[in-house]
This record gives sequence, structure tokens and C-alpha cells, in this order.
Amino acid sequence: MLRYMAKRFLSMIPTFLLACVLVFSFMHMMPGDPAGVMLGDTATPEQVQALREAMGFNQPITVQFLRWFTGILKGDFGQSIFFHKPVLRVILERSETSLFIAVLSMALIVVVGVPIGMISAVRYNSVADQTFSGAAMLAASMPTFWLGLNLMLLFAVILGWLPSSGYPSILETGNLGNLKYLILPCVTLAAPNSALIIRLTRASMLDVMKEGYVTTARAKGLPELTVTLKHVLRNSLITVISVIGFTFVGLASGTVITETVFSLPGIGRLVVESVLRRDYPVIQGVILIIALAYMLVNLLIDYCYTFLDPRIRVS
Amino acid sequence: MRDFLRALVRRKIALAGAGVLLVICVLAVFAPLVATYDPMGLNPTDRLQGPSARHWFGTDHFGRDIYSRIVYGARMTLISGSGVVICSVVIGVLIGLLSGYFRQFGLVAMRLVDVMMSFPPLLLALALIAILRPGLVNVILAVSATYLTHTARIIYGLTLKIKEEAYVEAIRSIGANSGRIVLRHVLPNLVSPVIVQATFTFAFSLLQIASLDFLGVGVPPQVPSWGNMVSEGRVYITRAPGVLLFPGMFIVLSVLSFNLVGDVLRDNLDPRFREQLSGARRQTP
Repeated sequence: MLRYMAKRFLSMIPTFLLACVLVFSFMHMMPGDPAGVMLGDTATPEQVQALREAMGFNQPITVQFLRWFTGILKGDFGQSIFFHKPVLRVILERSETSLFIAVLSMALIVVVGVPIGMISAVRYNSVADQTFSGAAMLAASMPTFWLGLNLMLLFAVILGWLPSSGYPSILETGNLGNLKYLILPCVTLAAPNSALIIRLTRASMLDVMKEGYVTTARAKGLPELTVTLKHVLRNSLITVISVIGFTFVGLASGTVITETVFSLPGIGRLVVESVLRRDYPVIQGVILIIALAYMLVNLLIDYCYTFLDPRIRVS
Repeated sequence: MRDFLRALVRRKIALAGAGVLLVICVLAVFAPLVATYDPMGLNPTDRLQGPSARHWFGTDHFGRDIYSRIVYGARMTLISGSGVVICSVVIGVLIGLLSGYFRQFGLVAMRLVDVMMSFPPLLLALALIAILRPGLVNVILAVSATYLTHTARIIYGLTLKIKEEAYVEAIRSIGANSGRIVLRHVLPNLVSPVIVQATFTFAFSLLQIASLDFLGVGVPPQVPSWGNMVSEGRVYITRAPGVLLFPGMFIVLSVLSFNLVGDVLRDNLDPRFREQLSGARRQTP
């Protein structure tokens, strides 16, 4: 067991190294000279050259990579060109919004998705199932920005119940009422993602229902509810949990579209703005941290599997 | 094929989906005949009107006819969607097939695919566009990069499965070389799962492309694409909701139709392949 866990952890190292190399080479394929961009159009060639030397852009690419990479191992992701602050601090400043959105919409997704998926599976092919499955398909086919704009038009402009955009920080103002700024964004994000969870819960429960042990449980005379909750749902949750894990990382790593629609200061906006400003260190930092988070969640999910399903431990 | 048509007729809603796709194809092909106005024609006196007999879906902030722009937008939708499907399926199948068949190559290639998949799709596309600069071809390439990994992963799994089948061993034992086995005996068996995967890829790439258009890094703003129309109209949604409503509805309809048809295709697939393919996937948030 411990050996498996250690092996699985060590297998992350080459993947992480590869991700670092990829991100680094991506950024060096970008057109435009970062030193020139930093100084603007008015800079003289001498100034650009001086800055290039100061930032180490004139050194061989391998030296640049090694410098950058050892920095990362020490937790130093470099300086933001635009903000003149450490990249890590820039990212942390933006993570409040993204984390709040991720937690809230994740809660919504689970609360809506799992029970509806369950009902659909138990009442397979009934009117309820077909309605829910149809609605899920529709929600999954909607562009996020379109749904967001429609919700904004309806609830913020026409009905005037909720604020349409922006988000004053709760941590800074201490005002929990600001959560109302996040309601529309969270609903926008929850719709397509709950659709996914509904479809997944339904499909995996239907799969489990065909298993022999479910028939055995019924044959023993267990009440239908016990069979559904203890035998079917529990075993089908394994797949659902892994998708929930990845969805959470996806949401926490910034929701570019939703943050753009509702003008929220999150990580997604940070990436888009940095791409437009050619703020390479920030783009590198964000993408690498997100990739690392994906890998860690992947690892945790694999550990969860081994606890939930002993068959995996053996093989 | 006949089974598929029969299943399509049985599932009325999927048949409707296929109908919608046909209509969109007709709109795209016969755009100059179907459109009632020039999609680029400015008409400042008629700006931001609601639907009327003259302008069926109303007009946008330049007074351009929304219906005619949607008709021409169908062209962009089909061109960019097919571009992504062709790129990602061809490259994805190639990588998946070779990785499944040749172990050494597979070890390296699948690791790369793993890393690519650990980047969020939209962020990866954004980073690639930042390198390549916006434009139709580059948008297609950037979106393909995210979907070819899914295809490669699926084809890799299926190839591993097929490789173990008795008939492949039989062919090898009569002396066929690897190239022949892969091309003549493994690949033909993968055609139907590839078609299913292509249908879902089409649906998701439409959403992705529309998102890039919305962020302003997709096709140039003057090109009438459905994503661009929503993006440009978002400032005016309170005065003329039509600029938001109609183009968006067409995006939803086309994506939904591809998903519905894809579902029927998958349900008719060989059960050995079914579990690997899934229409529902995490959308770009």
C-alpha cells in the first residue's frame, strides 16, 4: 500500500519536469521582445539592451531555463513585468475571487447534480428522467458567456434583484453581503458543470445496477432505498468523485469567460490580461501552478481510489 | 449505417438535431441566396431595431441585418468546426495508433499527452494564440491542440485492446509486418469510434471557438461569426436584446444537435468501444 503510494508520488516528478520544459519553451516561442515590451515604444535601443542584460534574456536558453527552474523549486516564480511585484504575490492577490467562486459553484454543482442524476437513474426512462436528461444536454450545449449575459440581462437589468458585475473583496471589506455579487457567476458556472455531473451519476449508477451484488442485495430482501444508497450510489460515486476533483481545479484555476462577463478580478482575467500585456513571468507562473494543482488532485484521486476500491491496490 | 438511420428515426429528438444540422449546412452553402441583406452593409439610421418584417431578427449597433449575419456566420461555424475536427482527428488518431502499437513511442507520447491535458483547455488555447497571433487558421490550430489529446488518449486505449485480439495475432503469425497490421487491420476497426469522437469534438470545438471569439482573440471582429456577434452586441443588450439572443440561440442549437446525433451514434457503437467515449465533458468555464 505505502509502496504503491510512494511510487505513484514519484511518477509525478517526470511529468512536472516535462510541464516546466513545455511552459518555458511555449513562452520563448512568443513573438516580441519582452524587454522592448516592458519599456514601451519610447525606449532607445540602448535602454532595451541594458534591460535585456539585467533580466538575463541575452544568456543561452539552457542557462535561462536552469535559472528559472531552480527559482521555481525555491518557490520563486520571478517578477511580474507589468506589476513590478513577485509573480506569486500577484497570483495570490487574485486567488480570493477565484477560490470563493470555485467553492460556491462546486457546492451548487454537487447539490444539484448528484441527486438529479440519482433520480434519473432510479426512474430510468421515465418522464422525469427524460426531462432531466434533456435539460442537462441543453445546459451542456450552452456557451458560458451567452448564459451569463442572459442571466445578467434578466436578474440584474430587467428585474434588478442582483448586482450585474464587479466584486468588492470580502476579506478586505469584511462585508459578507458582497457574496451577492457572486450569485450570478456561480449559477452560470454551475449550469454546464451540473449537467456533466447529472449525466455521469446517471450513467455510472445504471452501470452498477447491472452488477451481480445489487441483485444479491435485492434478493436478500433489503429495502429498495438501502440498495440504492448503500450498494448502488456508493459504488458509482468513485467515478463521480474524480470528475468533481478535476472540476474543482478547473474552477479554482480561473474561469476566464465568466470573469470577463461579470468583470470579476480573478485568476482567469489575470491570464487574459497578461497574455495581452505579454507579461511572460505571470503567464508561466499561473499555467505552471495550475498544472501542478491538476497533478496533485490526480494523485489524491488515485489515493482515494485505492481506499475505496481494494482491487486497484493489488494490480 | 442502416442501423444508425433506424435508431435516428426512433429517437425523434435526435432526428430533429440532424434536421437542424442540415438546415445550418444549407444556410452556409447558399448564404448569398438565403440572406436578405449584405452581412457587412452598414445602415446607421436603422441601428439596434427589434425584429420586424424588414429585419427578421432586428439589426445590430451598425444597423447590419442580424439574420443575414447569422446566415453568413453559419459558414464560419462549419469551416472552423470542420477545421478543428480534421486537425485533431488526423493528428490524434496518428499519435494514438502509433502509441498503442509501438510501446516505446507510446511511453513518451502518452506522457506528453498527459502533460498537455493537465493545462486547462481554454488557457492552453489562449497561450497558443498569444504565440501564433489571432486569425482563423491559428484559432483552429490552437483549439485542435486541446482536442487532439482527447482523441489520442481514446485511440491509444482502443488500439491496446484491439492489439490483443486473436485475429491480430493470427495475421502476425502469417507474417504480416507492423505497418500492414496497423493500417489494414487495426485502423479500419477504429473508424466508427473515430466518427463518434469527431461528432463530440465538433460540438465542443464550436463552444471553444465561440468563447475565443467572445474574448476577442478569435477570428477578426469584422467577420460575421456567431461568437463575434454576441461579443460585439453585449454592450447593447439592454437596448436590443436581439443582438445577444439570436446568434447565441444558433450556437446552442448547433452544439445541441451535434451532441444529440453523437449520442445516437455512440449508442449504436460496438459495446467494446462504448465506455471510452463520452459526450459530456468539462466545458470551458
